[in-house]
Amino acid sequence: MEDLTLKIEHLCSGFFTERGYVPAVDDVSLEIPKGKVIGIVGESGCGKSMIARSIMGILKYPGKITKGSIKLDGRELVGLEESELRSIRGKDVSMIFQEPMTSLNPVVQVGKQVREALLLHENIDKEAAKDEVLKIFEQVGISEPLKRYRSYPHELSGGLRQRVMIAMAMICKPKLLIADEPTTALDVTIEAQILQLMRQLTRQTGMSVLMISHNLGVIAELCDEVYVMYAGKIVEQADVYELFDNCAHPYTKGLMGSIIDLDTKPERLPAIGGVVPNLLHLPKGCAFAPRCKYATERCRAERPELYDLGSGHLCRCFEKEGK
Amino acid sequence: MEQRVLLEAKNLVQEFPAKNRKKVHAVSNVDLTIYAGETLALVGESGCGKSTLGRTLMNLIPPVSGTITFEGVEITKLSKKEFAPYRKQMQLIFQDPYASLDPRMTVRDIIAEPLEIHKVYPDKESTTQKVKELLQQVGVPEEFIYRYPHQFSGGQRQRIGIARAIALNPKLIICDEPVSALDVSVQSQVLNLMKDLQKEFGLTYLFISHDLSVVKFMADRVAVMFLGKLCEIADTDSLYAKPLHPYTRFLLDAIPKADPRNRGRNKQLLQGEIPSPIDVPGGCRFHTRCPFATDRCKSEEPKMRQVEGHMVACHFAEDLAK
Amino acid sequence: MATFNNNSNNSAALSEELAGQIGESETLGVQLRRMAKKNKLAVFSAILLILLLLSAIFAPVLTPYDAVTGNTAERLQGPSFEHWLGTDEMGRDVLTRLLYGARISLAVGIVPTLVSLIIGVALGMTAGFLGGKVDYIIMRFADVMLAFPSLLLAMVIMYTLGDGVINIFLALALVGWASVARVVRSETISLKESEYVEAARSMGMNPVKIMFRHILPNCMPSLIVLFTLNIPSAILSESSLSFLGIGIQLPNSSWGLMVNMGRQFFNQAPWISLAPSVAIMLVVLSCNFLGDGLRDVLDPHLNNQ
Repeated sequence: MEDLTLKIEHLCSGFFTERGYVPAVDDVSLEIPKGKVIGIVGESGCGKSMIARSIMGILKYPGKITKGSIKLDGRELVGLEESELRSIRGKDVSMIFQEPMTSLNPVVQVGKQVREALLLHENIDKEAAKDEVLKIFEQVGISEPLKRYRSYPHELSGGLRQRVMIAMAMICKPKLLIADEPTTALDVTIEAQILQLMRQLTRQTGMSVLMISHNLGVIAELCDEVYVMYAGKIVEQADVYELFDNCAHPYTKGLMGSIIDLDTKPERLPAIGGVVPNLLHLPKGCAFAPRCKYATERCRAERPELYDLGSGHLCRCFEKEGK
Repeated sequence: MEQRVLLEAKNLVQEFPAKNRKKVHAVSNVDLTIYAGETLALVGESGCGKSTLGRTLMNLIPPVSGTITFEGVEITKLSKKEFAPYRKQMQLIFQDPYASLDPRMTVRDIIAEPLEIHKVYPDKESTTQKVKELLQQVGVPEEFIYRYPHQFSGGQRQRIGIARAIALNPKLIICDEPVSALDVSVQSQVLNLMKDLQKEFGLTYLFISHDLSVVKFMADRVAVMFLGKLCEIADTDSLYAKPLHPYTRFLLDAIPKADPRNRGRNKQLLQGEIPSPIDVPGGCRFHTRCPFATDRCKSEEPKMRQVEGHMVACHFAEDLAK
Repeated sequence: MATFNNNSNNSAALSEELAGQIGESETLGVQLRRMAKKNKLAVFSAILLILLLLSAIFAPVLTPYDAVTGNTAERLQGPSFEHWLGTDEMGRDVLTRLLYGARISLAVGIVPTLVSLIIGVALGMTAGFLGGKVDYIIMRFADVMLAFPSLLLAMVIMYTLGDGVINIFLALALVGWASVARVVRSETISLKESEYVEAARSMGMNPVKIMFRHILPNCMPSLIVLFTLNIPSAILSESSLSFLGIGIQLPNSSWGLMVNMGRQFFNQAPWISLAPSVAIMLVVLSCNFLGDGLRDVLDPHLNNQ
């Protein structure tokens, strides 16, 4: 039995709106082994960010976890008091967001903000905390740590801000780091730097990472195992090599097809037709059936399970049933 | 391909006032030619001035200095009134399909707007008829004509934006990051649509993007921009196969590859951050980030010149070509 | 924990994503219905205001008494079956005077607010759209207006122009426009930068048309809210002016004037002052509740909470 940092079982969470319940995350089970980088890939609205927020316990009204369990190092997080969750957040689990500018307080020096995170969770005096911050700044590749310590967020470029966010997330040496589209707002050359940094850090610290992205390129660069999500459900789950070599689900195939290969020049791009379904009015059968060119009568009438294709490769498609 | 010049810019300069009497050098001495019927991509990182250049080329922001010639007429010299007929010839497609459509107008009114401004049709019915036709051309069901923008998904909204841009039968469409706000699967749909429309109507695109994979699919030629200056212009295939400017090379290298076996291998990463367009470095603007920079790069600004069929602004392009 | 101090921001983005997902349709009508469902207090306030407006208009039908001439035999009577709210020092029915007074008080609430709204929109939009010197001049002028205590300013205007209903309208309209102009200006500036305005410019639309087609309609939600929230302050100002004796003059009646008149008989007949005071309070509170309710549904910045 592998050592698991996080184990999510049958998690359901969603929004209670005036128009009815929106099942943003529907029966998701997920495991993050120690020291591994797990990726969730999917398009906007597929529920990937909801999973992150469910783990952190930062679902805002009208969002709520309705079912399932989330165990961090064996400790159940669902149903914990807010005060208990607060002591876990930032210490055992921390998160980095897509847009570092909105996550930093514009009127406080960034060094102090990072120190604040440390003072909150560790019994440590201010001077020692500052040294810790400078140390971690160096570790995340911020040049001139002392000068940057006193900078305000607007004085930093997007790349540096994201490094500060990573420093803040890492300072308490969390067991799990959740990265929600950490490079989406950045330029390619900066994105490459941040990805390299994250790869380095995971190797050095041995922490587990949950990487959320819409970009298969980013997933391929960083992750060990990948979950593909569509309309609130996991549709495919596999080791990263297995996924990129033999993806099984038509949706994953569509996503892979949309990646533009730099070596060839097609006349047209293979596209997935149609639009993402409305979560309030999900189709009766497989959620992907209306956009799937292989869909059969059965796909439209019944919902498929996750079928095991062997060696940890799971796929939610009738075509793979019993194979 | 027939090489008829549609638009030519010479020595284009665009600046904005910044704090402390300094200036933001958004576009500096840019020469650019767009041929009729082609897709010219303008590539660069955020803040490099590519959007400003696009808007300057269509005279939406008149340039500080330099000339723009459209079909042989120098539009920078024209008065507002004389320019009016040229406004119709150049249209814009925006990045954010959520912000570029007025939330309080119906789809019909949004698309009819350019037709009504230029009084293309004498009455409402024929305008509405044209709007329906346009909706059908961009693949939005025409029964949605009286809906509001928020009732559509991002991809459909971008289609509406495209319908609005082609309503006046323009010759040149400036596309400012038209798919970067869309999901990957939708992105392909919109790109295919844009290619189809180009074929159907003989459109010329200036395709502004930071995404080199998208550019590879769309463009015939690519112009790479860094900090207000063009550093390399070449045919797409040749540029991707053999980039001559070091910046182009790093840009291509930085794209995350969807191949886990290749992760991080032998990747040369560009270090450092993009310099501010307010205090531009002297000499070659790229020298602060360029690992090949020499003293000459710090003092002497490289001129745009032809090397192996590329236009490239680097002193050492020949060495890089080897 | 600093990492999470901006949850609200992220959850706003999340709800936006969600709204896109479920294709939420938010036209003005839908928004109003949403308010009606969520905010009972606002609905109650709206009903009360409409009832009051109707009874002011149909006052002659609703009451058998005359508002100006009274029956001196019935001076200072307490509330009874004939006179629900009693009578005043001249034997006039207080309820009747209240209803007739409502005509002026409500008119004073609505008309000057509307006028100041129009002036404010015109100046604010011009300032925001043109920018530069025009903006500077208009806004400094507005700042001067705002720096003056508004009641004092209204008093000065009333002293200069003399009494009378029209002059009250004028005085209050001149006091109110500056705050409207400020709000409209800042909205115009942000809307001016929006991509759809840029799109209209790139199509060759002229600036005046852009203001009326794109900017004004998108300012509408704030204007509606501003309208309901400015009515009470106009009513209060009129009451204060009339109470001080420089507003509405006898034999006309307004609520402020009634409070003033009843003051002398407060010990014998408190209902003369109390009835109009309560009426003022009810209208002001209703307007505020309605305004808050409208703001909650119309203001996009508060929409996600």
